[in-house]
Amino acid sequence: MTTVAPDSNRATQDGAQHGAERSSTSRLTGQSRALRSGPGRGKALRSATRGRPRLFTSYDQDSALLNTSAKRWWTLAAISIFLVLPFWLTRDLSHLLSVAMVMAIAGVGLNLLTGYAGQISLGHPFFMALGAYTGAVVAGVPGSIVIGWEFDLSIALVLAAVIPGLVGLVVAPLATRVRGLYLAVLTLGLLMLGEQLFKQWASVTGGSGVGRAGAVPVLFGNDLERTYAVGPLLIAPHVSLYLLCLTLLVVLAVAARNLARSRTGRAFAAVRDRDIAAEVMGVNLLRTKTLAFVLSSAYAGVAGCLFAILIGRVAPEQWNILMAINLLAIVVIGGVATISGTLIGAAFVVLLPRILEWLAPWLPFVSTGSGGLITVFQLESILFGALIVLFLILEPRGLFGLWHRVRTYFATWPFSY
Amino acid sequence: MTTPLLTAEGIALRFGGNVALDDVSFDVRPGELFAIIGPNGAGKTSTFNCISGVYRPQSGDITFRGASLLGQRPDRIAAQGIARTFQNIELFDNLSVLENLLLGRHHLMRAPWWQAMAWQPGTRREERAARLEIEHLIEFLDLTSVRRHPVGILPYGIKKRIELGRALAMQPELLLLDEPVAGMNAEETEDMARFILDIRTELGLAMVMVEHDMRLVMDLADRVMVIDFGRRIALGTPQEVQRDPAVIAAYLGGATDEVLESAHQEQR
Ligand SMILES: Nc1ncnc2c1ncn2[C@@H]1O[C@H](COP(=O)(O)OP(=O)(O)OP(=O)(O)O)[C@@H](O)[C@H]1O
Ligand SMILES: [Mg+2]
Repeated sequence: MTTVAPDSNRATQDGAQHGAERSSTSRLTGQSRALRSGPGRGKALRSATRGRPRLFTSYDQDSALLNTSAKRWWTLAAISIFLVLPFWLTRDLSHLLSVAMVMAIAGVGLNLLTGYAGQISLGHPFFMALGAYTGAVVAGVPGSIVIGWEFDLSIALVLAAVIPGLVGLVVAPLATRVRGLYLAVLTLGLLMLGEQLFKQWASVTGGSGVGRAGAVPVLFGNDLERTYAVGPLLIAPHVSLYLLCLTLLVVLAVAARNLARSRTGRAFAAVRDRDIAAEVMGVNLLRTKTLAFVLSSAYAGVAGCLFAILIGRVAPEQWNILMAINLLAIVVIGGVATISGTLIGAAFVVLLPRILEWLAPWLPFVSTGSGGLITVFQLESILFGALIVLFLILEPRGLFGLWHRVRTYFATWPFSY
Repeated sequence: MTTPLLTAEGIALRFGGNVALDDVSFDVRPGELFAIIGPNGAGKTSTFNCISGVYRPQSGDITFRGASLLGQRPDRIAAQGIARTFQNIELFDNLSVLENLLLGRHHLMRAPWWQAMAWQPGTRREERAARLEIEHLIEFLDLTSVRRHPVGILPYGIKKRIELGRALAMQPELLLLDEPVAGMNAEETEDMARFILDIRTELGLAMVMVEHDMRLVMDLADRVMVIDFGRRIALGTPQEVQRDPAVIAAYLGGATDEVLESAHQEQR
């Protein structure tokens, strides 16, 4: 490990000030070895840190979100690429990417609950549906049977987080009392109950087999269904929707990442690993589990609202077990308890069917019309199933874990240890 | 006489027909190192579980600083200043050493989740302060070289030390140690004894220690309570307890017999 505590040579210069706030644990080290952690203090010389990416010179820097310059550059590059992509891709492909980003938002929420807090849920599509219908009612147009209030999308998005969050709060007392497989079954029940409710409640959902349109994307008074010209750039409707999804994904993913590295995130992980020990350490079990459930429901709600806008029309049958499994696949394939992994997982799960479609003509065992053993759709199901099992057994940290391994392999190459 | 920090009065605990604790009373004074010994299955760990709120005794009362602990959730009890380690290490295996120790400070931190999501200055300040405290402990317990490692991959002796660190991170007033040197070799035992002594002299913490290593108990403890089949059979200074006929009878034929004998020899 190349990590060092800030050098203590210059400790004397603010030792006096520090002495006043000396804590009980510092007494254990016997002397006032003031480790300074304030921003800008105790910085090592630049020349000394160059070329040593894991050498942190302050605790702040160490615990920062993007704690190495490599990470900072990669993030910057990725965000720039994703900002440019929709102007360059076809309408169809950028739409597909938007769907991937929306599924990533839902995936991040589910990872908070399942990956960090250890509660397996199959009920996530139910909360997505709540978000979708909240958005549709608040910012949708009224139809012959469905209601719509035509408010701004900003209000709809906030409510699409709040309402599912509140419903999550109501369900949580039940959900936090069971664990593991029992919770999976319980949330599956919630999903089925929800489907019946949505089929019956036609004034909100359009009813069984019919469905309704999602929220109308008028954001802060700007109708995103019109094409805008910003300087030389033409922002088509699919581009503005894409940019909206991207923005929300970045904000929500960063927020989740921040939460994960905070006191709350540590409590999630503690409850997941050993609940009794966590409680004895001062973690309120019920509160922590409830919070995970509510937050993940709110994330699902926002994703659901965006999903309905992108798809255009959603039917009550859409929020089914298949979607729940797709979401779990995003979490498992991407990597349990990693936010960046979830982003990769979502891209993988949403884009794979399209890639298989492209490849199908070259795969002799896949039928494209007649002949062949299996359809593309079946191949997709088989692949997902196999991948979930493989990742669960071989690499629980998912694609993120694989990437991590490859990186450490090359970081130490040619040494094999 | 000083008022006791912790008192247990006639606690009884049953699991179905199985009596784990039967009318056990004792008190722990401020700054004292109080040892609980007894043969396997005597009810030592159960006593700890009653104090930290994991089990609820059917009768009797446990008070800490004058207020009853009974019926309180473990996290509330922890927040009042009682920390413990576990007989079978209960660390969070997937988290790093740092994160495990930071978890000990959970009840001392306040930043709510909505501030953490935005990583507001309050959250940042609190995390930094916690980290500073933890670094002192890491230095004290000599864990510097492993602080970033996931706990699950570390050797047993180090895990025991991390658990001690996690309990200390809670800044408790009373520390419960369940077999801190079980399964350790002579050198590791020596180290652990040093840590316990340092904690006593530097922090003045009251401690309750369950331990089978009689030498350690007789060397370190101020007072010793002996329980057998859930009943208290003796309580007093190490010398008094060793001479107690009931204790000798309880240990006769037990595996710890010779150890107790050898401790006897050394005292003379
Ligand atoms: N959760 C439980 N359910 C049923 N019986 C229990 C439970 N916990 C403890 N017991 C019983 O209570 C008695 C005391 O157990 P305890 O763990 O307190 O013993 P101990 O003194 O810590 O023993 P050791 O030295 O082996 O750690 C035992 O007979 C045990 O079987
Ligand atoms: Mg025990």
